[in-house]
Amino acid sequence: MTQGFHLVVDNVDKRFNTKQGEFIAIRDINLRVQRGEFVALIGHSGCGKSTLLNLIAGLSTASSGVLVCAGREIAGPGPDRGVVFQNHSLLPWLTCFDNVYLAVERVFSGKEGNAQLKARTEAALKMVGLAHAMHKHPNEISGGMKQRVGIARALAIEPAVLLLDEPFGALDALTRAHLQDELMRIVAETKSTVVMVTHDVDEAVLLSDKIVMMTNGPAATIGEILEVNLPRPRDRLALAEDTDYHHYRKAVVEFLYAKQKKAA
Amino acid sequence: MSASLTVNQTMTSSVVNTATTPAPYATSAPEPQTVVPGPTPEQVRLAAERVASTEAAARRRRERLAVFVQRVVPGIVGILLFLLLWQGVAQWVGNFPGPAKVWDSAVKLFSDPFYQKGPNDQGIGWNIISSLKRVGIGFGLAALVGIPLGFLIGRFATMDRMTAPIISILRPVSPLAWLPIGLMVFKAANPAAIWVIFICSIWPMIINTAVGVQRIPQDYLNVARVLNLSEWKVFTKILFPAVLPYMLTGVKLSIGVAWLVIVAAEMLTGGVGIGFWLWDEWNNLVMEHIIIAIFTIGIVGLILEQALIWIARRFQFE
Repeated sequence: MTQGFHLVVDNVDKRFNTKQGEFIAIRDINLRVQRGEFVALIGHSGCGKSTLLNLIAGLSTASSGVLVCAGREIAGPGPDRGVVFQNHSLLPWLTCFDNVYLAVERVFSGKEGNAQLKARTEAALKMVGLAHAMHKHPNEISGGMKQRVGIARALAIEPAVLLLDEPFGALDALTRAHLQDELMRIVAETKSTVVMVTHDVDEAVLLSDKIVMMTNGPAATIGEILEVNLPRPRDRLALAEDTDYHHYRKAVVEFLYAKQKKAA
Repeated sequence: MSASLTVNQTMTSSVVNTATTPAPYATSAPEPQTVVPGPTPEQVRLAAERVASTEAAARRRRERLAVFVQRVVPGIVGILLFLLLWQGVAQWVGNFPGPAKVWDSAVKLFSDPFYQKGPNDQGIGWNIISSLKRVGIGFGLAALVGIPLGFLIGRFATMDRMTAPIISILRPVSPLAWLPIGLMVFKAANPAAIWVIFICSIWPMIINTAVGVQRIPQDYLNVARVLNLSEWKVFTKILFPAVLPYMLTGVKLSIGVAWLVIVAAEMLTGGVGIGFWLWDEWNNLVMEHIIIAIFTIGIVGLILEQALIWIARRFQFE
């Protein structure tokens, strides 16, 4: 049943013990992701989409159910899943190069020499367009550039799945659009499998093959899954006029604001 | 081309100089303007830029001067007032040396800082060095014990709960209260003084290191977790650099305490050292030397602290 899928989430629940008793964050989560697929998790804040991503990352463990990544059960965090955090999480005392190198060294140092490790790090930074800022420290570069380094760090280790936790949430609209285009190019280039948490409808429709819409918490679960059959490469200008695009967009907006309406 | 450029230059200089020197030929020489073609817009722009840049330079000079006056002059005035007050006190109180007398004495003293005439009569350089050595050993041992202990307390809550009551009780104890214990255990003055330095300078390092470890952002630890970094890598690449600024704050406080304490400890234990020397000169009633000792202690303390601030600044990341 799980054959052929790259990432499988099977009947997963996550419960927390609080002072007021047990709190069910998410329940009955079933998700199948194919190799090379781009999946967006969308929902109102507090719907447990980050909780689900943390389970896939292995940063927390499921209360019940099974998660399988590339044929192996997820028991904890590991470098087969690259994570891009919302607030970039670069180590400020390391240069951009060293931040990426730390990850590369961890994954490939047994198999490859120093020159190859360096080459991998440089290639990753070049891919995100930061070859010129390689030896700068994070405090010397802009927020968008930091997030690019985060993406380079996650992709440099050639993960089976790339996990993005609202990666562009803290950026201004223009930088965000630019980085979305970059991400589409990089994902097409590396044929990565991606799971991304977002609360931005346009971002979800533009980037995804599949939009997983979550109901409101507590005890949130998957409400609907929308397949986005827009041809790639996608161009945001052309899509602005596209009727299919608007159809998909409307479906997500309807889910979020009519079916899962949330009091502010 | 060059002719018109010189015209430009005279124009700019006349613009700059109008305030000081009148331009007597400005009205009587309209002919060259008709012969030489007028400056092109580009040249006008360049000239304007030149004027702007010289004006900017002048403005910068003025600002620098203003900053200097605001920052440095009050300090100098303060020192002068202090010397005046000192002189006044010296005139009122008998035997109290004024600034000039102390200065003469200091010049004499510091012109031969490294003489040695027996154990009780050595140059001031030796005294400073002996004190610094004691502080160095006591403080170094405290760092060796205190910093790892701080890491343990910060990392493990049980350690924190275990040590918290003892630290809270022992930390506020006055430095010299520890001296008899040192004398009893080591049966010698010098190790006892070092012991006092050790026990007094260890607390800020333990506490600041522990707080630093407890305040490491979860994000950094998450990076370590998703990459599955080895314990050694986590320590060298994440824990240590993240805690370093806190640790250095602890070190800075500790060295301040150590230098405060050494003088008191040496007064009681004797031997060679700036604190002992101060007490010795009191017994000899050489008041100038006492004042010199006070200033020396202050200046060495200031240098120690500034050096650590300088080091700490190099490890500030955000």
